[in-house]
Amino acid sequence: MLLSGDSTKPIYVQIAEGIEDEILKGNILEDEQVLSTNQFAQVYNINPATAGKGINMLTEEGILFKKRGLGMFVAKGALKYLKEKRRRKFFEDYVLKTLEEGHKLDFSSEEIIEMIRGWGGKNE
Amino acid sequence: MNKIVECRMLTKVFDNQAKALDQVNLDIEENRIYGLLGRNGAGKTTLLKLITGQLFPTTGNVSLFGKRPHENEALLGNICFVKENAFYLKSFRDLKVKDVLKMAEAVYPSWDCSFAEQLAVCFRLDVNKKTKSLSKGMLSAAAIIIGLACRAPLTIFDEAYLGLDAVLRQQFYNTLLQDYTENPRTIIFSTHLIEECKGLMDRVVILEEGEILLHEDMDKINEKSFYVAGRRELVEQHLKGKCILHTEEMGRLVRMAIFDSLSDIEQNAMRLDGIEIQPMPLQKLFITLTAGNGGGENEQNAAAV
Repeated sequence: MLLSGDSTKPIYVQIAEGIEDEILKGNILEDEQVLSTNQFAQVYNINPATAGKGINMLTEEGILFKKRGLGMFVAKGALKYLKEKRRRKFFEDYVLKTLEEGHKLDFSSEEIIEMIRGWGGKNE
Repeated sequence: MNKIVECRMLTKVFDNQAKALDQVNLDIEENRIYGLLGRNGAGKTTLLKLITGQLFPTTGNVSLFGKRPHENEALLGNICFVKENAFYLKSFRDLKVKDVLKMAEAVYPSWDCSFAEQLAVCFRLDVNKKTKSLSKGMLSAAAIIIGLACRAPLTIFDEAYLGLDAVLRQQFYNTLLQDYTENPRTIIFSTHLIEECKGLMDRVVILEEGEILLHEDMDKINEKSFYVAGRRELVEQHLKGKCILHTEEMGRLVRMAIFDSLSDIEQNAMRLDGIEIQPMPLQKLFITLTAGNGGGENEQNAAAV
């Protein structure tokens, strides 16, 4: 994951969403450990409290949990939970934006759907 | 593009110590703004002093406006070297700022009197004060005013802003850019405040241990400096053959700092594989390039950028 200094998103939100993305991509599995607050601070050159804030957001949602003396781990069921959470936002974040841009360029919704059908995937 | 400075195999050794500058070849083109970057002791000031004839090279040649810069009085009015602690000479201490400005006026044929006055107001510099009673920031301001108002065809700012607050530094950069647009000239900017000054730079020279590590257009550097992050095997596969400056491993994930071009097609293919790409700021590139020299410990520091 990468953090952006130019983004309007606060760094701690970027940390939280970055960890979520890695879980969704399967790069961090359930029951596996994530970087500690101090490691985040070191690797990304940010204040440990900022990193902690991002990690706390995820613990409050039950995506991460703390093993005393060991660190933060990905909770069981986190992947399923995250998928549901992101699916709820998918229409607004991606479909609507695609349609908006498409209509700006005079593509009809039908044409956009055709484009999606026609694109068989990155390997074709 | 006209070259106003040509350095050939320029080497400088001080008292049989390590080479301060080692066989440097460098051309400075007319009317561009150069950023000269390097760590402490990298040889920046030595290079600038050799170019302006304040030091003799141990071996190698410098030509400035096609002539030898050493003991060459005719060139003096064409170069302005602004450095920190510019008024250290005893003879300057009891002079008023306005007298120093008058001296500068006598030296530089291109001096703009009203611009200097305007700058003094801008930087809140009291020209009736003696230089010895000026604060650190105001000493810098006085030196910068000379550097700007002289409009010398080659103007060098060597860490010239020391002691200036953030507002005045910004004012300096803005004024410099505006005046440069109206009166193009060659400017060399030696600085440690990389992020702050990068907007000014048109071309970047990075010195490391007396050698030129990088000499490139700012635009080209921006097109080649990236952070790439994702699954290790995928990142490695996509970056095969690219110039990788640094790798940081985090479980299955890696983050790499690269200095190489990535075409749109390459970038899209990487994104489809869940790989993130982000521009790497100049300061991070600088740290990654120069912090690595000198052992494994420093490699770790480079990772922290």
